[in-house]
Amino acid sequence: MSARDEILAAVRGAVATARRPVEVPPLDRPEREGDVDLFAARVADYRATVVRCPPEGVAAAIAAALPERATVVVPDGMPYAVPGAVPDAGLSSAELDATTAVVTTATVAIATTGTIVLSHGAGEGRRVLTLVPDVHVCVVRADQVVDDVPAAVRRLDPARPTTWISGPSATSDIELSRVEGVHGPRTLHVVLVGPADGTPPGAVS
Amino acid sequence: MRVALMVTCLNDAMFPDAGKAVVTLLRRLGVDVEFPAAQTCCGQPMVNTGYLDEAVPVVRSFVRAFEGYDAVVTPSGSCAGSARHQHSIVARRSGDPGLATAVAEISPRVHELSEFLVDVLGVEDVGASFPHAVTYHPTCHSLRMLGVGDRPERLLRAVRGLRLLDLPRAEECCGFGGTFALKNADTSVAMGADKARHVRESGAEVLVAGDSSCLMHIGGLLTRQRAGVRVMHLAEVLASTEGATRAGAAR
Amino acid sequence: MSRTFVGMPPFPTAARAALADTQLRANLAHATTTIRAKRAAVVAELDDWEALRLRAAAIKDDVLLHLDEHLVRLEESLTARGAVVHWARTAEEASEVVAQVARAHGVDEVVKVKSMATQEVELNEHLAAQGISAWETDLAELIVQLGDDLPSHILVPAIHRNRAEIRAIFEREMARVGRPAPADLTDDPVRLAEAARLHLREKFLRAKVGVSGANFAVADSGTLVVVESEGNGRMCLTLPEVLVSVVGIEKVVPTWTELDVFLTLLPRSSTGERMNPYTSTWSGVTPGDGPQEVHVVLLDNGRTRALADEVGRQALRCIRCSACLNVCPVYERTGGHAYGSVYPGPIGAILNPLLKGVGHDEQTDSLPYASSLCGACFEACPVRIDIPSVLVDLRAQVVDAHRSGVPKPEALAMRAAAAAFGSGGRLAAAEQASGLAGRALDALSSLTRRGRRAGGRRLVGRLPGPGAAWTDARDLPVPPRESFRAWWKRTDGGTR
Repeated sequence: MSARDEILAAVRGAVATARRPVEVPPLDRPEREGDVDLFAARVADYRATVVRCPPEGVAAAIAAALPERATVVVPDGMPYAVPGAVPDAGLSSAELDATTAVVTTATVAIATTGTIVLSHGAGEGRRVLTLVPDVHVCVVRADQVVDDVPAAVRRLDPARPTTWISGPSATSDIELSRVEGVHGPRTLHVVLVGPADGTPPGAVS
Repeated sequence: MRVALMVTCLNDAMFPDAGKAVVTLLRRLGVDVEFPAAQTCCGQPMVNTGYLDEAVPVVRSFVRAFEGYDAVVTPSGSCAGSARHQHSIVARRSGDPGLATAVAEISPRVHELSEFLVDVLGVEDVGASFPHAVTYHPTCHSLRMLGVGDRPERLLRAVRGLRLLDLPRAEECCGFGGTFALKNADTSVAMGADKARHVRESGAEVLVAGDSSCLMHIGGLLTRQRAGVRVMHLAEVLASTEGATRAGAAR
Repeated sequence: MSRTFVGMPPFPTAARAALADTQLRANLAHATTTIRAKRAAVVAELDDWEALRLRAAAIKDDVLLHLDEHLVRLEESLTARGAVVHWARTAEEASEVVAQVARAHGVDEVVKVKSMATQEVELNEHLAAQGISAWETDLAELIVQLGDDLPSHILVPAIHRNRAEIRAIFEREMARVGRPAPADLTDDPVRLAEAARLHLREKFLRAKVGVSGANFAVADSGTLVVVESEGNGRMCLTLPEVLVSVVGIEKVVPTWTELDVFLTLLPRSSTGERMNPYTSTWSGVTPGDGPQEVHVVLLDNGRTRALADEVGRQALRCIRCSACLNVCPVYERTGGHAYGSVYPGPIGAILNPLLKGVGHDEQTDSLPYASSLCGACFEACPVRIDIPSVLVDLRAQVVDAHRSGVPKPEALAMRAAAAAFGSGGRLAAAEQASGLAGRALDALSSLTRRGRRAGGRRLVGRLPGPGAAWTDARDLPVPPRESFRAWWKRTDGGTR
């Protein structure tokens, strides 16, 4: 018997007398709007930088977020102008390692946890793009902010690869003392856009 | 209401004053408590060490002793937990449906002392007086198996003259754990030593708990360390009245 | 890592050694206290925590009771998404799949994401025997690997090491296997993390084959999920051309939607964060993005044995958060090595016997007894595994497995107690004897402890023989002259 058939047979034998329908209680949570202020505060809790701006201020906010004389890469389908940026034309890992920063958009953001989620389509790029450069500038629209993790799960397509980012990479492996910045980008900069009716521009943190 | 006292094997043989205190306390509250002489042990030492066959005759004798009572009250969270949560396991092991039925009948009627006082009798002020600084250790089975919550503290706060002091890391296990105290004596003592330190840090004169087993363990460490802190069962404190303050029994 | 847990002594022996290590005790107390407080704070933020636990437990129970159907669906989804699915009955079979993939690509090294399953199957040792180096890339795993050490915690495997020890390991060992530690390295955690970043980056950039586990495997979409903090996971899952993921068969969740509850429970329970820094999900091969050859190894290695255990089955709900370790008063004092397995703490005390079976070796049989049954683990478990009940059931299995042999003193004592406790009359007789023994001890105590008393009761000092286990560190009161039972009879319930 193949390993597959043997394992499946062992499973069937193990549960043969125990099978019963299990009632799975649904997640009983009221639908809540994503709280944009809470999102900004929670991202800042991770010692990431959050800057809020109106739609017309995005290009300036991106430019301000990038280190001086940085080499910058942007993915295909990037809806915002990033002057001087190199478009991703299949850069190698080594080339990306020599690149300072990447600017992308996101698919959804989570207020309660301060998380941004990329699903690596247009404007978000291949996974490696937001991994190897040391600075990640991510543009999030206020209307992309949902309340909590369950709402984000429902908005995402499992067929796409996704990366959930909550602050810069971190470790607590040495005496439980938190160190920010290990292998992923050590700097995460979130540009939070809108709402269009005009939250005044300015830094939250 | 016919009420039986399940004194527990440990109190019977080693700490009879805890049992006597329950009798004094309940009589004062108008409960004519009986002591079924057929009782022995709840079987927990066997069950928790893995000796289920050996627990069967013990649970049988438990059922014989307590059949027909409206309520069974016991000065032990651990033994109440054993009766309520483990007797069904032993009954299943016996393969005797009669035993299973009897267990299902009796188990829900077993109450730990603070549950009996607060939930069945509906009292929190039991008319006690105990003018001492006390700290309370919520034993694990009272706290997490039975879920007695703050009932013991409510009872203690109503005692005249009693000053209830906070116990640091109160909810952490003292390390007794039945045969764990012998099979893993080093770890048990390490846990108990920390508990004893927290008791000393509380500044209390008396450590109170609802289980003589845990008190025997912590008390044994405290006296070995000559800490000068007495241990007393909750029942003994609640039985105390002005002019008749009981001396804490050594554990 | 060349060391393994093979040949570890039973828990009480290993624990005694650990308890004597004051540095270890201090490290553990600091770490567990810190993480407990963090967990408590973020759990308290959610007002429906208990509802989340109930939903998570029910989802896992449903999966486990219909695991065959879910596994077949997972295989179909993965295959449809371009992944190659392998099935492994044993540790050896799982490790050999990884070795074959490495050999097929002619590589002599792989980079690894921290994974309990690959540690459980001792993948690194298997690969090393074939001349293939497996580089651990999680910082703590790197510390353990470079130090030729064993992990002592599920989440923070180097929890037993302090910063000075870590610096010494880096300075001594990094150069041997790659980029050396910076010459001016200090024991500042920031500098140590930086050293690891530099050391590992060259390995990430050149690796052709990555190896991972998975926290969850979604049956209907073929999605694997890796939850991490440092970004080493993203590196291993993204940069290599080939990815092999070793996944325990119990990791299945039915649909993508069910991740809602697990991605909420896991980070809060494990690191005490609202969300971990990085979570990666992928479904087979994504053209033009990440590894273009993807293998998934579905691992049994004792899981179907555990699944057949009526009481113990619930242990397969475990999502490896390690909350039970952090709240366990036994783990806090002994650390993880005493459990002799990659799965330490309360979950290890049930998982190891369930995966391996009891009655075969003394070490495994000692684990169900490595608990005071205080229940703190059950309270903290995000998937509501009733660990104390499983421990008690496993203890019965251990005793039953030895019933046919020569009875141990403990078994004889239990039989004697069962006989005494079988009737109130017999117990009264036994207590009369204990009263006599009490009088003898009383006399003895006046010699050994110079008549020391507490609250009017004499105390027994150190006893020889089996009594020493109690009295080496704890006093024991001398049994009273009159039992409660005898008092009740003599005084007619205190009325005479």
